[in-house]
Amino acid sequence: MSFDIEKVRKDFPFFAAEEKKIAEGGTPLAYLDNSATSQRPRQVVEAVADYEYYHNSNPFRGLYDLSIDATERYEAARTKVAKFINARADKEIIFTRNASESLNLVAYSLGEMCLKEGDEIITTVVEHHSNMLPWRLAAKRYGATVKYLECEKDGSFSLDSFKSLLTNKTKIVAMTAMSNIFGRIIDVKSFAAAAHEVGAYFVADGAQSVPHSKTDVQDLDIDFLSFSGHKMLAPMGIGVLYGKQELLEKMPPFLSGGEMIEYVTFDDITYAELPHKFEAGTVNACGAVGLAAAIDYLESIGLDAIEERELELTRMALDGIKAIPHITVLGSDDAEEHHGILTFKIDGVHPHDIAAIIADANVAVRAGHHCAEPLHHFIGIPSTTRASLMFYNTEEEVQRLLDVMKQIRPMMGYPD
Amino acid sequence: MQSRTFYNEILTEHNIHPIHKTKMIEPQKSLRGVNPSCGDDITLQLNVSEDGTITDGAFFGDGCAISQASADMMLDLVIGRSVEEAMSLKDTFLKMIKDKITEEELEMLEEAGALKDISHMPSRVKCAVLGWHTLEEMLKGGDSESVSTEDQ
Repeated sequence: MSFDIEKVRKDFPFFAAEEKKIAEGGTPLAYLDNSATSQRPRQVVEAVADYEYYHNSNPFRGLYDLSIDATERYEAARTKVAKFINARADKEIIFTRNASESLNLVAYSLGEMCLKEGDEIITTVVEHHSNMLPWRLAAKRYGATVKYLECEKDGSFSLDSFKSLLTNKTKIVAMTAMSNIFGRIIDVKSFAAAAHEVGAYFVADGAQSVPHSKTDVQDLDIDFLSFSGHKMLAPMGIGVLYGKQELLEKMPPFLSGGEMIEYVTFDDITYAELPHKFEAGTVNACGAVGLAAAIDYLESIGLDAIEERELELTRMALDGIKAIPHITVLGSDDAEEHHGILTFKIDGVHPHDIAAIIADANVAVRAGHHCAEPLHHFIGIPSTTRASLMFYNTEEEVQRLLDVMKQIRPMMGYPD
Repeated sequence: MQSRTFYNEILTEHNIHPIHKTKMIEPQKSLRGVNPSCGDDITLQLNVSEDGTITDGAFFGDGCAISQASADMMLDLVIGRSVEEAMSLKDTFLKMIKDKITEEELEMLEEAGALKDISHMPSRVKCAVLGWHTLEEMLKGGDSESVSTEDQ
């Protein structure tokens, strides 16, 4: 499917509003912080508004038509998500607030189900804090230990190194499917298969990969997958945990309260069936409807076309950065291994100054450790700057980033 | 739009070629100052003679150009002065950051006056005052092991 950037840009009111600034002598914001959160197309916001205006009531609660309508829309969103990642059943999809909550849920509940003293959890040095801290806390609760798989310079992982960490005490492996620093998609299928050989469960963090690359949980044979709606055009506050049905059924609940029970007496509780066992309290129905609309939008363009478009932009950005002296991009030299994410350092210039200069050119990037501070300790760089591109970005926006990056060292008093 | 960057020559020179960025061998006073939100992290070291004169000083650490240059310019200004004079210059510097300084006061700050425009850049104020804030805590003679600009 061919990609029509003009048409895509028109779907995002944000870009039109920014472009109006040109007439007033201003500069539109070049939004290149998409790994932090994406912008929202009209179709998503309108779907949310439609739900809120005309279909809102508390799902599952009422016997009247409006509540049944709300329930159906919420559950249709679940079906949409299940199909999007090729889950076997809708009940394998748990709606959460975001990927962090999904990972906390699985760390808490799976930890309670399977961890005991002396057990081992394997995660990696590149993880976002949300796929590292919940495991460290779970390990602490049960007297288990956390082992870290190191990455290579290009952001890849060695399957052999991974296998050498696995023991019969390894109960859980938690690994990102795509690092938010390197942008490299990890072959989680091989790592999951190796984990399964020693009887460990495999949890993949898909927060970065799911919006940018087709994900098939059955093909990957992963046990759990977390991701956030807001990084894939949906509103903030809706996230997903995919889990294999037989595991979710065995796991104890995470949060407790309304709608996650079947019977409650003063002495006893019977929990609700999946997926409601894991969705305590009133749900984020409009968020789920927004996520479904976002999936419709992504699929209307096609994940393959999105990946191809993002590769073009990434290649332009990476080639441009390589031509500027004293700038190092973390990870692979190959644009195909970046998926829009370019994290870099500039010799002699602190990321805070880099970000301030880039912000002054009205280009949005992120500076700091990007919630992956241990990785920065591992590679020995205190902090970095990250530009992250999405299919709706333009060549002109990438060029504006490159233009300002060229000026940074001269502005900071260096001859080149 | 108000410019948020103003890397003038005085500032970049103090950042790239700092005069006082080094470690003293046996400093009488040493105090770490941090900006937790942006990661600026310096350790300030001073020797103060019995008559209350700052005889020597240095700093080391990591941070943005503004935090590093500001600390360097501060040491330029206070070495050789009395503790009272240093505290008074600290007050003058903070007045400048709050955009309430007279021309005469600005002159007293010498090269540190190059940071005057920070008063229009709220997000960079903490970077500029880190060195001065650490100096203040040190000269007040408290026993804290480090100071954070976010305690204020």
